[in-house]
Amino acid sequence: MSKQTELVGLARTTNLDEVNAAYSAGALSNRNLIINGAMQVAQRGTSVSSTFSNYLVDRFTTSTTMTTYTYSQSTDAPSGFSNSSKVEVTTAEVAAASDFMSFVYNLEGQDLQRLAKGTASAESVTVSFWVKSNVTGTYILEFDDNDNSRNINKSYTVDVSGDWEYKTITFEGDTSGVFDNDNQLSGLLRWFWDAGTNFTTGTLATSWEATNNVNRATGITGTFGDTIGNYFQITGVQLEVGDTATPFEHRSYGQELALCQRYYERHNATATGVRMAAGNANGANSLTTIFPFLTPKRATPTLSYNNIVARQGGSNTTISSANVIGKSDAGLTADLLTATTIVTGGGYHIRASSSSSYIELDSEL
Amino acid sequence: MNNMNITAAQYVTDMDGNNTAIQATIDGIEMSVPLDPANRHYAEILKQVAAGTLTIQEAT
Repeated sequence: MSKQTELVGLARTTNLDEVNAAYSAGALSNRNLIINGAMQVAQRGTSVSSTFSNYLVDRFTTSTTMTTYTYSQSTDAPSGFSNSSKVEVTTAEVAAASDFMSFVYNLEGQDLQRLAKGTASAESVTVSFWVKSNVTGTYILEFDDNDNSRNINKSYTVDVSGDWEYKTITFEGDTSGVFDNDNQLSGLLRWFWDAGTNFTTGTLATSWEATNNVNRATGITGTFGDTIGNYFQITGVQLEVGDTATPFEHRSYGQELALCQRYYERHNATATGVRMAAGNANGANSLTTIFPFLTPKRATPTLSYNNIVARQGGSNTTISSANVIGKSDAGLTADLLTATTIVTGGGYHIRASSSSSYIELDSEL
Repeated sequence: MNNMNITAAQYVTDMDGNNTAIQATIDGIEMSVPLDPANRHYAEILKQVAAGTLTIQEAT
């Protein structure tokens, strides 16, 4: 054996040892249980103003009972990232006792089975993220078990106003309460940004416990909602098994988009006249229509649309409402009801009547 | 801990008269909501009905 071969062989052995060690500590890929943690995908648009809870950046929703705010996909991000989610207060409101403002990521039970929750082998998990805010102080991150009404909560601080800060929080494993192994909501990560006394007058639940609201945000000092212009930005969110935060696991935009589309997809027309679906008249005012999926959906989606018409033989017919019938892995079937009589048995296509036409299929958690 | 603004909800039926979906206005947008318990809009509609804050109108 030549010297060179021996050295190559040694190097390979060393690398395999490192790989094995890393593998023992957790998966080398697909470590991050969060989809779109870099906030790149925003199918719904780049800004929304609301007083209610809203998804905007895919997979991340506000969850709030107070104030008016703008939720946007921002291009301000720490080095290595191109986007963040930003929530900014537009109407000041001091939190009443039952109020809260938070930012949430929802997880399916079948994606959490690796945590072995509710068993003697329950795993710790570590959340890492970048945060930026003009409101310094102490805030709370909660890991919530929706199946068993249990939660664990840890505090972190925003130390500097207007600068990106990297945070890591480890939640210990829970030997009680198994996550359901299904396609429904089991786990939530909730960043509390403001909370009334109904959530702050107990002792922070730094160990897993049965949900008791007064223990969920105790110690929070930031009063995010009380001043116009207060903002919170977040990106680089990673949730992984173990007690160590590893570097953020970047995926391509295409990978993230496909993962997001299990939960939501939006078909934008971009031009008048674009064909968006096809159907057949099953009655004098009803079109059975197939809306193809780009990705199979988690559950039967809610259907909404804007500026679409049914067209046959050069004539447009107005759609007055829709009636979801059901889904397959390939698409959603719905009866579209027309405002005027159509030719029963005739084939139609669904067409954009403006450049802003869209079809939304929403299976979010 | 959700807060969805549902301002209208009405069943829609198939040709046999069976309820197949709910036509709802949620956050100002008209939507067709399937009767699937795993659908978040349907789950929220049921929650608000149970709380007495929403009534689903029968199909016309």
